[in-house]
Formats: sequence, C-alpha cells, structure tokens
Amino acid sequence: MDMSEEVLQQASPGLIPGSGTARAAKPTRLSPSFVSWLQAGPMMLVFLAFFLIPLVFVVIVSFWDYNEYQLLPAFSGRGYTDTFEGCIAQLPDLCTIGKTYLKTLKLCFLVWAMTLFIGFWVAYFLAFHVKSKTWQMGLSLLCTIPFWTSNVIRMIAWIPLLGRNGLVNSGLIKTGLINHPVEWLLFSEFSVVLALVHLFTFFMVVPIFNSMVRIDKSLIEAAYDAGATGFQTLVNVIIPLAKPGIVIGSIFVITIVMGDFITIGVMGGQQIAAAGKIIETRVNALQFPAAAANAVILLIITFLIITMMSRIVDIKKEL
Amino acid sequence: MTETTKTTGVSRRTLLKGTAGLAGLAAGSGAITGFPYVKSADAKVLRYLGTAVNEGDDISKQCLKDTGIKIEYITATTDDVTKRVMTQPNSFDVLDTEYFSLKKLVPSGNILALDAKKIKEFDNITPVFTKGMTPGGKKIGGQGTAPWKVLYLEGKDSKKFATSATEFVTLIPTVYNADTLGIRPDLIKRPISSWSELLNPEFKGKASILNIPSIGIMDAAMVVEATGKHKYADKGNMTKEEIDLTMKVMTEAKKAGQFRAFWKDFNESVNLMASGETVIQSMWSPAVTKVRSMGIPCTFQPLKEGYRSWASGFCVSKGVSGPKLEWAYEFVNWFLSGYAGAYLNRQGYYSAVLSTAKAHMEPYEWAYWMEGKPAEKDIKAPDGSLLEKAGAVRDGGSYEDRMGGVACWNAVMDENDYMVRKWNEFIAA
Repeated sequence: MDMSEEVLQQASPGLIPGSGTARAAKPTRLSPSFVSWLQAGPMMLVFLAFFLIPLVFVVIVSFWDYNEYQLLPAFSGRGYTDTFEGCIAQLPDLCTIGKTYLKTLKLCFLVWAMTLFIGFWVAYFLAFHVKSKTWQMGLSLLCTIPFWTSNVIRMIAWIPLLGRNGLVNSGLIKTGLINHPVEWLLFSEFSVVLALVHLFTFFMVVPIFNSMVRIDKSLIEAAYDAGATGFQTLVNVIIPLAKPGIVIGSIFVITIVMGDFITIGVMGGQQIAAAGKIIETRVNALQFPAAAANAVILLIITFLIITMMSRIVDIKKEL
Repeated sequence: MTETTKTTGVSRRTLLKGTAGLAGLAAGSGAITGFPYVKSADAKVLRYLGTAVNEGDDISKQCLKDTGIKIEYITATTDDVTKRVMTQPNSFDVLDTEYFSLKKLVPSGNILALDAKKIKEFDNITPVFTKGMTPGGKKIGGQGTAPWKVLYLEGKDSKKFATSATEFVTLIPTVYNADTLGIRPDLIKRPISSWSELLNPEFKGKASILNIPSIGIMDAAMVVEATGKHKYADKGNMTKEEIDLTMKVMTEAKKAGQFRAFWKDFNESVNLMASGETVIQSMWSPAVTKVRSMGIPCTFQPLKEGYRSWASGFCVSKGVSGPKLEWAYEFVNWFLSGYAGAYLNRQGYYSAVLSTAKAHMEPYEWAYWMEGKPAEKDIKAPDGSLLEKAGAVRDGGSYEDRMGGVACWNAVMDENDYMVRKWNEFIAA
C-alpha cells in the first residue's frame, strides 16, 4: 500500500475492492441502496432527459394557443376542443377522431391477434423443436429480414406483387379463379394488416421465445408422465408460463401499431385514417399545440390498453 | 511498488482515453463551436435548404467552378423546409422555398429579404413574377398566393407585403411551373379535356390526388369548379362553407371508391402511374417525364380550366450577414446567370430569367421546351438520357400557352387551420 493507491481509493471509492479494507473501509463504504441507485442512475437520467421531460413539454404545449407561424404560450384548450369537434353535434354518427380511433383500434386488434398467433407458433417451434443454440440464433435472425428495407422501397415492392397487374392477380386470372383483377389486395385494410403483421411478428417472437426457453423441461415431462395430452400440456403448462412473454410482445406490437402512420399511410394508399396520421398532418401544418393534444390523447388511450393488459398478468411478479 | 505504479498508470491512461472520447463526442455534437470556422475563413460555404427541385449536383459543381462557392444541400420536403425555418432558423444560410410559404415565413421574422438593386438580372426577371403577365402579354390567373402579391416587402425588416414594387424582395424567383393532371393515354383511350374527369366514375378506383392538404385542396377545387358545382371567388382562399363543399364532393368520391391511393412523394406518383394502378392523377412535370422515360405512355394533359401553378425562389436566413451575405448575393446572381436556368428548363421547369437561360441552351432545345415546336433532334435530359425522340411536341405547348393558361397558384388560406381539420376528416371518411 502506498500513496498513489490511497489517492486513487479516495478519488473513486470502491474501485479497488478488497484493498485497504482495514483502514479505508469505514469512511468510504457505501450503503447497498445507494449503490443500487447509482447503478440505476444512468438509465434513469437518460429516461428523464429524453423521455419524461420532453413528455412534460408535450403536455404543456398541448394547452397552448397557436397561429399560422408561431406558438402562443397562453393557456388554451383549442387543441383539444378542435380535436373533438362535432363529436356531440354529429351523433349518432361518429366524429373524425372517433372514426379515426375506431379504425386504429380495429387495425391494432387484427394485427395483435395475428402476430400473437404466428409469433407464438414460431417461438414454440424455435424453443421446443430446434435443439441447437446456433440454429435457434440463426432462425431468430431470419425473422429480422423485413426490417432490412425502407418503407418507400417496401411499398414499391408490394405493387408488383399485390397490384392490379401484380403477380398474385395475374396468377389468379391464369388459373381461372377470377376474371378481373382483385382490387382489395393493395391500398386496403388487408394490405395494411398484411404489412404490419409481416413487420411486427418479430416483436412477438422474441419475448415469447425468451419465456419459453426458460420453461423447465422437467415440467413438460412431468405433465406427460401425469398423462396430459399435448394440448393439455400446452394450455395448462406452456401458455401460463409463457404469459410474461406474450404480454411483453403484445405491449410492443400494440404501442407500435397505435402510433404507426407510415406503414398505414403507404399500404393504405393514404386513404385510411390513423391516430398517428392526424398528428403528422397537424405537425406539417405547423399546428404544434393541436398535434401535441392529439399525442396526449393517443398516449392516454395506449396507456389504458397497457394498464388493462398488465391487470391480466402481473409482469413484475412473473419476471 | 512496481505493481501499484502500473495500476495508476493504467488508470491514468483509461482516464485520458475517456476524456479524449468525451472531447470527441463534444466536437462531433457541435458542442465546441468556433474552431471549425478557423479553417473555413478562406472557403466560401453556403448551407442551402430546399426541396430537391433545384438541388442538382451539376448545379453545385458548376457553381463551385464559376464562383468558388461551395453549396451544401440540406434537402427536405416542402412541409419540413417550412418547419425548419420556423424552428431552426440558424441551421441554414440560403433558403429555397415556395411563395405560398411566405404567409407563414415572413411574419415569423426568420428570413431576410434581399435587395433587388444587388441582383444584376432583376429587371430581366420574367413579368410572370412582377406583373402577373406572360412576356407575350397574356394575363395570368391570380387566385391563391400568386407571386406578385407577395414579392415585395414594405421595408427591410417589415413583415408586411408591399402592394407596389420596392427594393426589398421576399424571394428572388428561380423556378416555377404549371401543373395539371397526368394521364395514361394508352389506358384511357379517349381525349381528356377537363379537370372534372378526375371524378368521372369511368375511372373508379383508378384516380389519385396529392395528399398535401394545401396543394391537394387546390386540385380538388379545380375539379369542383369544372363540374359546375360551385364557382370560387378565390380557390386559394376559400371560406369555411367553400371548404365544406369541396371536401364533401371529395368525400363522396372517396366513399364511392374513386381513388386508388393518395400520394405524397414524387416516386409514389411515378410508381402509381407506371404500374397502371392509376390512370389519371394530379402530378408534377418531371414525374410525367420519368414515367415516359420508362417507356410507358404518360401525358401531362392540358385542361380547359387551366393550370395550377407554383413558384419558388431564394432568400436568406435572418442570421446571415457580413461576407456570407455577399456570397449569398454572388450565388443568387450566378444562379440567374443562365447555367442553372438552362438546366431547369431542360427538366421541364421554367427559369425566372429567360434571356440568360436561352443563351445557355441549343436553339432546338429552346424551340422544343419553350416555344412548343416539334423537336428537331432527340431531346436529352441534363444527364444525357433520352427524353423525347425528334418530332415530339411538349404537352401543353409553348411557355406562353402554358403559363398564360394558369388559373391559380399554390396557397396558404386564411382558414388553413380549419382546412387541415377538414382534410383529416376527409382521410378518416
């Protein structure tokens, strides 16, 4: 022990564990809870700086007024009242925001149900049928392929496949199944759901797979030994134990689809309303408070959905 | 002793590494300003914010060669350019934007008007901008944000548009065009002569319009007026009732399945048309050219109700002063001196100073693009690719006919906020 180490020890306590315990321990030892805070600190700061503070600004701005070219920092509910314009007057017809959210929720539900179904079986296959770790990794990576292309390219790529003169239509006509090209294949809710499922199934696969590989194989053997059928094992053992993965995957998919406007815009031919699309149109027209108000509404609705889901499964406990 | 020395040594090195990394990060993020300017004192660099229309590589290379000014392009969509001027006025030097944005940009005080006296060719700028007339004397439709309504400011720092000519120019004009519907003549197989055809049930599921509210509603208004449902006092500045009416007509068409898709991006419009997904849609001139260069017939169809026109020009950020301002003038003067004008004319746009552009074009090119005459030789794009074979005539004919046929200009309405809300309703319908 000499000077230099002591200096170092004082400058950064705890850096050299086990050294100078006899002398330096008392004044420099940190309480375990402080260490925990220190460890969680960097992430907390990032979260605070890049998420919470901006979010607070969004809420504040949503209550401001605006004109053609600037924000007016005076309290105004205009962003909200404009958004719900006609919601009472037009009854029983739905107002713009009502229609938009109904459509968004419908798309969200369809995409969620399909990604869950496909994602569950892909994860099941990877976890229980693929034995080698290398193959598991390799096949999981294959699921990321849809992310390799940009949105514009993707849209352009769908036209030759699903378009009026596309591969699917010309194939169907040649086999004599249809006489005229089917129009609903592209720029429709069908194509939107197809593209979103194609993109986001991956977000279901990963957490469900992660839950499944942690299931103790002896539990499955025990179920088998106790005389359970494959289906009973699935319903009573695997699904309950994969629940955290299912919920986490669902949260991923639902939050992304609720806020999506690019894929819905591109695949829906810009003719399908989306909650995110309203925000984009408002931002582009420099109507930031109105955009912020819509963002707050979207956040609240998404948050409600997530709360409902975490009521069903206590993720914290399950993890 | 040796061991401890080693420990501190490692720590110090790690510390140094860390500091260097931090410094690098700070430099990279622009937190340390100042020192990049030491080097740039002798290099003339202008940050140029605009849409892709004027931003050719050939233009910036030629500019560097002729003037020594290096142009750094910052490319964004029309909406994003406006957003950037409002929120980050110090992130660019020269701004290339459309006249209709001025209603938002000028009151914000974030742009600096240029001095007409310092623009060499200012008096030669086409009367389209200054008088609302073609050089041949045809009166041009002034509905919407016509450039001559917003060309001058009352004073240097004024936020009011002057009604008569002053020396303070909001935007020095550079490029403009007359837009109309693009059609696929091979699939439509009959003459198209009116905007009302966009909503003709014959083209159900095969029509499209632009999904940029401020421009899309102008096209919609051209259609509504053509069907005889309503005559607008000013399509570019509708009343709430007129907005309601226009959107009602469009909503009915949308619900009936008239539109295949709306487009927002140049390439989207090209793909919709080239693939045959649409046969009639609002379109931009170079997009029509691009479809044609793929070997697919496409016409930029002149219509009896006239064209919807747009125009853009240069101004500078309010933060620009001193030598940088002088370079900006030098650049704008160079831009109007002919090379860039000829380059734009060859793409199917129009240049603001016709005389200098003409001097930089071959007579047969000028005759094809500007005079509406059949091409004597093959017409080539600036990059040398073949656009039209000899004998072809430009859609819509001459400059006089096309610009003289303009009915309205891209605009920002007084009821813009209401219009945007109605547009969202239209998309949700």
